[in-house]
Amino acid sequence: MAEETITIEVLRYLPENGAEPEFQSYDVPLRSDWVVLDALNHIKDHIDGTLSYRWSCRMGVCGSCGMMINGEPVLTCAAFLTKYAPGPIRVEPLAHFPVVRDLVTEVTDFVDKLKHVKPWVVREEDKPLEEGEFKQTPAELSDFKSYTMCINCMLCYSACPVYGLEPGFAGPAALALAQRYNLDNRDEGNDERMARLSNDEGIWSCTMVGECSEACPKDVDPAGAIQRYKLAGAAEWWKSFITRKGK
Amino acid sequence: MAQEESPEYDVLIVGGGGAGLRAAIAAYETNPNLKIAVISKVYPMRSHTVSAEGGAAAVIKPDDSLDDHCYDTISGADWMCDQDAVESFVNEAPNELLQLEHWGCPWSREADGSVAVRPFGGMKIKRTWYASDKTGFHMLHTLFQTSLKYDPIQRYDEWFVTKLLVEDGRCQGVVAIELATGRIEPILAKSVILSTGGCGKIFPFTTNANIKNGDGMSLAYRAGIPLKDMEFIQYHPTGLPFTGILITEASRAEGGHLLNKDGYRYLQDYDLGKPEPKPVLRSMELGPRDRLSQAFVKEQERGGTMAGEYGHYVHLDLRHLGEKIIDSRLPFVRELCAKYENIDPVTDLIPVRPVVHYMMGGISTDIDAATVLPGVYSAGEAACVSINGANRLGSNSLTEILVFGARAGKNAAAFALEQKEASSGLQAQVEDERNRLAKLMLGEGTESIAGLRKEMHDTMEEGAGIYRTRDSLAASGQKVRELQERVVNVKVSDASHTFNTDLTAAIELTYMLDGAEAIIASALLRDESRGSHQRSDFPERDDDKFLQHSLAYREPGGSPRIEYQPVSITRWPPAKREYGQQKG
Amino acid sequence: MESKTGYTLHHPKWHRDAKPIFWWVKRWVYIGFIFRELTSVAVAYSAILMIILYRSVQSGPEAYAQMLECLSHPVMLVINVLALGAVLYHSITWFNLSPKAMVVRLGDWRVPDLMIAGGNYAGWFLISAVIAAAYILG
Ligand SMILES: Cc1cc2nc3c(=O)[nH]c(=O)nc-3n(C[C@H](O)[C@H](O)[C@H](O)COP(=O)(O)OP(=O)(O)OC[C@H]3O[C@@H](n4cnc5c(N)ncnc54)[C@H](O)[C@@H]3O)c2cc1C
Ligand code: SF4
Ligand code: FES
Repeated sequence: MAEETITIEVLRYLPENGAEPEFQSYDVPLRSDWVVLDALNHIKDHIDGTLSYRWSCRMGVCGSCGMMINGEPVLTCAAFLTKYAPGPIRVEPLAHFPVVRDLVTEVTDFVDKLKHVKPWVVREEDKPLEEGEFKQTPAELSDFKSYTMCINCMLCYSACPVYGLEPGFAGPAALALAQRYNLDNRDEGNDERMARLSNDEGIWSCTMVGECSEACPKDVDPAGAIQRYKLAGAAEWWKSFITRKGK
Repeated sequence: MAQEESPEYDVLIVGGGGAGLRAAIAAYETNPNLKIAVISKVYPMRSHTVSAEGGAAAVIKPDDSLDDHCYDTISGADWMCDQDAVESFVNEAPNELLQLEHWGCPWSREADGSVAVRPFGGMKIKRTWYASDKTGFHMLHTLFQTSLKYDPIQRYDEWFVTKLLVEDGRCQGVVAIELATGRIEPILAKSVILSTGGCGKIFPFTTNANIKNGDGMSLAYRAGIPLKDMEFIQYHPTGLPFTGILITEASRAEGGHLLNKDGYRYLQDYDLGKPEPKPVLRSMELGPRDRLSQAFVKEQERGGTMAGEYGHYVHLDLRHLGEKIIDSRLPFVRELCAKYENIDPVTDLIPVRPVVHYMMGGISTDIDAATVLPGVYSAGEAACVSINGANRLGSNSLTEILVFGARAGKNAAAFALEQKEASSGLQAQVEDERNRLAKLMLGEGTESIAGLRKEMHDTMEEGAGIYRTRDSLAASGQKVRELQERVVNVKVSDASHTFNTDLTAAIELTYMLDGAEAIIASALLRDESRGSHQRSDFPERDDDKFLQHSLAYREPGGSPRIEYQPVSITRWPPAKREYGQQKG
Repeated sequence: MESKTGYTLHHPKWHRDAKPIFWWVKRWVYIGFIFRELTSVAVAYSAILMIILYRSVQSGPEAYAQMLECLSHPVMLVINVLALGAVLYHSITWFNLSPKAMVVRLGDWRVPDLMIAGGNYAGWFLISAVIAAAYILG
């Protein structure tokens, strides 16, 4: 019996030929243990070597392989073909990002946004190594633990309509990363970060759609992080408002 | 296009994994005025350090000692490691992990807030720091995020290095392709650190990511630097069939059992101790990886394994740990099983088999991370110092990338400060490299990339797997030589200059073939069995002849030549490796 | 060729999706999102209406009666019913999202999301009940 197949429709874009992106269809074996990424690899190895996309770990941890499948942002290494049978499966580059080629999107803007939130331990004075580790109880760790789980896959940016409309918006993962350090008891950088992020391109851009948390494959809950950040921002504002009045 | 001035750095780091990023920060700390750049073919946080699960070893608890860590490492390595290197490594390990703690790494904690440690295979005592079961992930992100703090550290993300520029007897930079644009540019530097990771992708069934092709090893090899101890390849005993996804050793450390088809803990029949209900260090499931993988093959020969679509497998049983332990200590294991194998370890047995995991061998360096070629340093899995010898202990390499990453950064910085300006003859080499790559992109070849890769995979598994013989190695050696000749004619079907992954796949294939050839040549001449190198035709360890590192040099014609270098022994004379009984 | 395609060697042009005005009709959640953004108008309207009502009460019974008459006009009724719907939608989506903003801990126990949202609803119900009771009794 011939092997069952499924059709994959891939959005192709090649800047060299100047044309608009177009869908191209490929038939691949429908195997129960294959994910969409395996299908793309099959196409690349055996059907069309010109297809370009990013991948590396194939275990959902490097964050390279996010794409739109049937309009939803997902990690293609964690998306079984059978889930989409009988197909066809539409594969497009992550939404809201400029496309470099085929399924490869432009990432530097995102990486710059990560840097913008100062994602490192800020301290007035470094603790000398001889003094050993900072104490941090399991409860203190759990305050920010979920925000450390972000794999920078950018699915949340593709899910966020605000980012789609306002590319200047720092976005879910970057703001969650800021919270990750804000809530870490080793860090003293809250004020510096608040100064950078309490504005229209930071936390106040978010209108609480919540889709980022739905899309996140690692349960980072960036929406929650931003809401908590807003509360802190509002409290900060009142505090400064009152002290200013008091003068 | 107008020719821009080629950038020139003091320290150029190839590789943005744990070793590369640690090196970059160390170089900065050595002298903040240095011009430093990190070049990586993927965004640094995608590097394969990200996938390491179990943990990183360093002595920190009062009941532990540096000597114990040394001994576990050396005996684990079957005495093939350099003991002076091991001692430095063990000494510097605690501070490196502490440094990472100060940079924000979310290490798992004890109730009192101190760093927690867990047991690991081959270790006498609990000394593995962990960040739940995503240790490498957290270390890499911590390093990457911290590196963002240092503005002088420039990054070339998604640039793919194709050549080292060597002139006047020293390395002066690299040639690389910018993937997004297809530009091929020289990046000059007074010193270069190769931290490009391992080369597991030479084999078909591996825990390694797509990017682990031994690029740096091949770059060094082609520049005349020898590759050390390439025959030692670690199989991890518990990978998921088909995907090769790793089920961390921590799952056994927490008390998981390996069962044959009859539900029997078969390791007890292979000299690994007696089954106890609770995990016993250095015994049974917590024996070293090489011995466990070898026991699997023996069990398969005895008919105790189960046959599946992707080869034979046994079962890893975590059910008795209960949902609470699994969720708190091994959440990633549960997630991986659910997402990739559609099973739940709380209620189901996990099918596992040995998979290629780690390269003990690599670019030969001394204890200062320097190679024989002035200006080239190396650290991480790409390098071989050696502290891993014939078998790396789990959780030593995440520490190694820090300790030797930092050493490489410091020493490369010191070297750079002593150098003068770049030589003038480099431009001709750059043009040659541009022409070579342009020719590849014409697409005139006839051999398919995937086809050659498959032939390489098949012959490596066939001839250079867990058990080897002179005949199997000789046959594979011949095959790989044939592939080397055919790869010259490889077909790149993509002519675009924009993100051409067909071109990079073709180049990676040539890198892997270099690695494959060095592996086989070194294995063929080592007529003994030691650690992960098991020769069915020479089952005994032979210290008289082979307590020596093998060094593979590339001959002008391309084939390897093997030389030997004695292992350095300081305080621990070679003894028999014993597992399964508690000493003293 | 180069000028026609906008591509010059090594300077590829990125493709950016032009956003059609109705991009949000593609997905239900986005429709919900746009709708909620629009309901802010209704929220503002209700607030202004309250202020006007309050002023009319202050300006004496005559003004208040006039106001009531104005409000009972069918057009106003329709507008206010629509506004009520929109405000309800707005409040409910906010209440449902509120657990995301508030992490409440009692000792080691993190109060589950459902209870936080539930608490909000309970509070809302209670206040409404108090007002209703005051109205009936008063
Ligand atoms: C699944 C898994 C689990 C593991 N678990 C553990 C564990 O629990 N404990 C432990 O101690 N060790 C573990 N290891 C081993 C350990 O993770 C690795 O040895 C270590 O992370 C290697 O780090 P690295 O910095 O040397 O290389 P990598 O992290 O692999 O980085 C290599 C870098 O080089 C770059 N690069 C490569 N080629 C080129 C090129 N041509 N041009 C430009 N850049 C290039 C890549 O982009 C990348 O940035 C594990 C390994 C695997 C695969
Ligand atoms: S927050 Fe979640 S979806 Fe967003 S980048 Fe991180 S892991 Fe991906
Ligand atoms: S390939 Fe790494 S996340 Fe999918």
